[in-house]
Amino acid sequence: MRQELRFLHRGKVVELADVRPTETVLDYLRLRRGLVGTKEGCGEGDCGACTVAIGRLVEGRLVYQPVNSCIQFLGMLDGAELVTVEDLAQDGRLHPVQQAMVDCHGSQCGFCTPGFIMSLFTLYHAPDAPPTRKTVTDWLAGNLCRCTGYRPIVDAAMEACFQVADDAFSRRAEETTAALVEMASDPHDLRLGDKDRFFAAPASLDALAALCEAHPDATIVAGATDVGLWVTKQLRDLPQVIWLGRVRDFEKVEETPGGVLLGAGATFSDTHAFMARIDPDLGELWRRIGSRQVRASGTVCGNIANGSPIGDSPPALIALGATLELRKGAASRTVALEDFFIDYGKQDRAPGEIVTGLYVPRLDPNHAFRCFKISKRFDQDITAVLCALRLTLADGTITEARLAFGGMAATPRRAAKAELALIGARPDQPASWAAALKALGDDFDPISDMRASDAYRREVARALLAKSLVEIGGTPDERTRVTGLRGGETSNAA
Amino acid sequence: MRLEDATGEETGGLRRVRQPLPHDSAARHVTGEAVYVDDIREPAGTLHVVPGWARDATRGRIISLDLDAVRAAPGVVAVLTGADVPGKNDVSPALGDEPMFVEEEIEFWGQPVFAVVATTREAARHAERKARFEIEALAPVLTVEDAVSADTTVLPDYQFRKGSPETGLATARQRLEGSLQIGGQEHFYLEGQVSLAVPGEDGDMFVHTSSQHPSETQHVIARVLGVPDAAVTVEVRRMGGGFGGKESQANHWAGIAAVAARVTGHPCKMRLDRDDDMIMTGKRHDFRADWVLGHDENGLVRAIDMRFFARCGYSADLSLGVVDRAMFHADSSYFYPDALIHSRRLKTNTCSNTAFRGFGGPQGMLAAELMMDTLAIRLGIDPLDIRKRNFYRDGRDVTPFGMKVEEHATLHAVVDELEESSDYRARREAIAVFNSTSPILKKGLALTPVKFGISFTLKHLNQAGALVHLYTDGSIHLNHGGTEMGQGLFQKVAQIVAEEFGVSLDRVKITATHTGKVPNTGPTAASSGTDLNGMAAKIAAEKIRARLVAFACERFQVEPDAISFQDNGVRIGEETISLGQLAREAHMARIQLSATGFYATPGITWDRPSASGQPFFYFAYGAACSEVTIDTMTGEMRVDRVDILHDVGQSLNPAIDIGQIEGGFVQGMGWLTTEELVWDDSGRLRTHAPSTYKIPTASDVPEDFRVKLFGSTGNPSPTVYRSKAVGEPPVMLAISVFSAIHDAVASLNPGEVPELDAPATPEEILKAVSHMKRSRARA
Repeated sequence: MRQELRFLHRGKVVELADVRPTETVLDYLRLRRGLVGTKEGCGEGDCGACTVAIGRLVEGRLVYQPVNSCIQFLGMLDGAELVTVEDLAQDGRLHPVQQAMVDCHGSQCGFCTPGFIMSLFTLYHAPDAPPTRKTVTDWLAGNLCRCTGYRPIVDAAMEACFQVADDAFSRRAEETTAALVEMASDPHDLRLGDKDRFFAAPASLDALAALCEAHPDATIVAGATDVGLWVTKQLRDLPQVIWLGRVRDFEKVEETPGGVLLGAGATFSDTHAFMARIDPDLGELWRRIGSRQVRASGTVCGNIANGSPIGDSPPALIALGATLELRKGAASRTVALEDFFIDYGKQDRAPGEIVTGLYVPRLDPNHAFRCFKISKRFDQDITAVLCALRLTLADGTITEARLAFGGMAATPRRAAKAELALIGARPDQPASWAAALKALGDDFDPISDMRASDAYRREVARALLAKSLVEIGGTPDERTRVTGLRGGETSNAA
Repeated sequence: MRLEDATGEETGGLRRVRQPLPHDSAARHVTGEAVYVDDIREPAGTLHVVPGWARDATRGRIISLDLDAVRAAPGVVAVLTGADVPGKNDVSPALGDEPMFVEEEIEFWGQPVFAVVATTREAARHAERKARFEIEALAPVLTVEDAVSADTTVLPDYQFRKGSPETGLATARQRLEGSLQIGGQEHFYLEGQVSLAVPGEDGDMFVHTSSQHPSETQHVIARVLGVPDAAVTVEVRRMGGGFGGKESQANHWAGIAAVAARVTGHPCKMRLDRDDDMIMTGKRHDFRADWVLGHDENGLVRAIDMRFFARCGYSADLSLGVVDRAMFHADSSYFYPDALIHSRRLKTNTCSNTAFRGFGGPQGMLAAELMMDTLAIRLGIDPLDIRKRNFYRDGRDVTPFGMKVEEHATLHAVVDELEESSDYRARREAIAVFNSTSPILKKGLALTPVKFGISFTLKHLNQAGALVHLYTDGSIHLNHGGTEMGQGLFQKVAQIVAEEFGVSLDRVKITATHTGKVPNTGPTAASSGTDLNGMAAKIAAEKIRARLVAFACERFQVEPDAISFQDNGVRIGEETISLGQLAREAHMARIQLSATGFYATPGITWDRPSASGQPFFYFAYGAACSEVTIDTMTGEMRVDRVDILHDVGQSLNPAIDIGQIEGGFVQGMGWLTTEELVWDDSGRLRTHAPSTYKIPTASDVPEDFRVKLFGSTGNPSPTVYRSKAVGEPPVMLAISVFSAIHDAVASLNPGEVPELDAPATPEEILKAVSHMKRSRARA
């Protein structure tokens, strides 16, 4: 058992024993270290002013990801490299992303700027990112700026980020990698605190299962993109935190002949490419979940286990027929994802039981899939209505339908009546599916809230089903969509 | 875009102004070294303050308040209520209607009742939630409609009358009428409200704060402490955004921090949590605008009757000026021969709405532009033609408030050039073709003008002071009453001072706004920061320069025109010496090297009671052309292309001006599209965090975004280096986006006017679309 947190900062390993279970990285930086370059804008991971970069090894390669330090627990830095805005300029010379931001007039009030700089720093270190403005705006979706209107920031990114990385971090990448390998090789479980109040990070699945069974009231944390807010906004005291981030192989994503198997530690970022290969709409949905910061930390299984009634990913995964794997102590079981969600805030998970993985079947050649997300803002917004549809077709006729919605009920759910009414219909014959649209009205009784009214939810749910069918029936999506074209974006002006 | 192309003008021998220099703090912004209030290294013993409020009360009388558990909580040092305020329990700008801590009746959900002072912010936040309230609930007045029927106002109604609107409407060929709901807007400055109060000897208080109006913050602190203004010093180095949200709204928190510091004897910091900030502080006013318009068969306006109903919230705050400015801009760029413009300032049990970039102007202008769109749809004439027909021009140049629009040629030139450069007519045709063959997606296009009046309409605010020191090494200390919130004011004023002394910018030390250096200042607001403070600083610099010239004439026996300040030196006849050397010699000769500058805008004669005189020094102009695509199945919308041409006179700094234009446009676009404030039926704000309140992200800005400065020959009014104010006017360029959405919806049933309110969220657009589809089906 190791009792000190270990992470890399400025080329040195920092060891800390006095870490409170839910102390945030931001508070550590600002209050303990006096490193005030990193700002708190919202305290809930939505504005990005607190963005720091976290370096980790992904398949042996050093990767820098942006993270919202305001909702990231300090213990979650274990085994990683922490980079903050203070670390970029070297010997009085600005880092290329900093210089480009100055040259392009990318800051006005400057308060969001450190967060942008750190997001740009991670883009600078992402060798495979396509050099387009679309890449940049997606990369920066989690950084809000209220002054500039973004154009100069995107210009700065275009100028600085798409060149071969040549900075202090790339130059010492070998040493950094060696230090991270060294830290990662520690086989011991991590436990900070005492038996009542602790941050624990087991190193193996067996240790995790045992620990969760022994502490059924402990809070299980993967990315903390939701749990972080329990602390910063609801001021909940979480005395016992068990973090999944050190469980060996938990972040793995495996392609099997029939589908994709995700470990419980696999983040949205880790899984994005796999999902995009299943269907472009699924890739686009993944792209619109949270922001790059949220996707770098948040896990797909955490999104499910947490049971949000919106839960961006579950409706799509339900439509695809995904199954969830759980484990309690030594006992494992599998449930269909749709059966996991019992009621508002209630899931089919026993105390001490943990989600260990998710299986997502690929589409067959006779399947057609569509998925749409409706929100007030395209990027980094919580869904008002999410619609996902998988049809099985035989000679253009629907033989099976899996139609799931988010935001329409207390849980992500299938539309049983509409599914039934779709059987025998033909997407290319709108009259044949009129009954399904009508039936959808009986499937759900949505609520009104700040995101949308019940009436809008009903109307748009019908519209999304209709749009899916129109598209599957042959209408090209540049005639049906203002965003998320399946073949990629095109220029839009007349 | 290259800035040289954007300016389109010569720099005419000027070396420092007209240059696209970066923001003075740019290098410190990108390294994290720029210090905001929360970043100041805390003095030993600093305590942290959190506001306390009743989470289940929108409006109600406090029967009892049990704070025992709060006091007993770990880390708590003091708990403050109204009884602990040494001076007057009032943080309002002027009218005495905003208690620092409610003592009797809670007037909105989120109103502070007490404050907790603790050793850490976390301890204070935890303790605050332990308060127990007993409240007798009273029925809240929440909406414009509630307030109209309850007849509750914060200030009296007010109106402009021009000619005989009744006769004009009665005799007009045709009449149109409409009503528009206009949503409010949260400022969402990235740095929330924050103050650090440090107590001194003899009742003194030094406060670091994030305020656009340090003088008023000083006065409010003195009022709540019960000490003379002179005992309180307020300093502001920079804000992490303001946008009007820190014009009056910083006072409350600075006041509480100061009282906490007085009561505990410790430095006290108050930084609002983002949710508290969004719940407690005021926002852009939401409005209902009702209008009747009489016109002829060519679409020329004959007379209008416009009525503005502003939801002001629970107190007056700045609502007098905000709603006046909506009225001042209810003409947009159009001549109304006869006009009645009426306004009501409604009192509701919601946060007290306040200044927000544009200060009511955007709401007034949006109503006017929607009238033009309505007129165009009804007459089947292109909206741009309707607009141009109604523009101010010779002989048709008097506003509803009696001021003559002298510079209408600029308006015409800006719009004509943009019409050409945006290819408006060809795109109009292309869009008609697209729409005729696209059943689901519809495009819309709009080109709308901006004419924005520059000056505070409260006359006494049009003054500013500066303090400039020249040291004997030739370095310059620059101070003035304006505050830096990101708009680049400090850099522009430094450029002006550098120009006067002929030195490079590194010789000019920019210093924090400080009530002890320049007193009795107005807020940095109304786009006037550079006009006022730049001129005051120029005057101060000129004074010092004049003394140096007089000294040098005597010392070197030359005529004044043989002396010039350039290239960090002073040329005296054939000889050049450094500025430092001249300063040293002047100092030895006992010449004062420090000066104040004072400037008051000339020609402002507005008299509100009689609604007559000239409220504005000049107008700033601009125009924008926006193209959008809407999805008629879901209401989703995409902005495809935006072209902007904007008049900044002769730019002091084209890079900073372009930044203001683009940033203002995007902020205005957010106001009219994704930014929706939602209150529930019991008056609780439901959108009090960025998770639920959606300002634009990078991807909301169109890739095709063409922004240019108008090739001005200079402001005809004698402003500093013939520049024009630029802070607020660009917000209203975004009306083109709303108008384009309106246009796209209108394409569904030609001749019918869409019922589209602001903001045009997907739900709002779909509502308008559905209405059009239904009426087309009926037809």
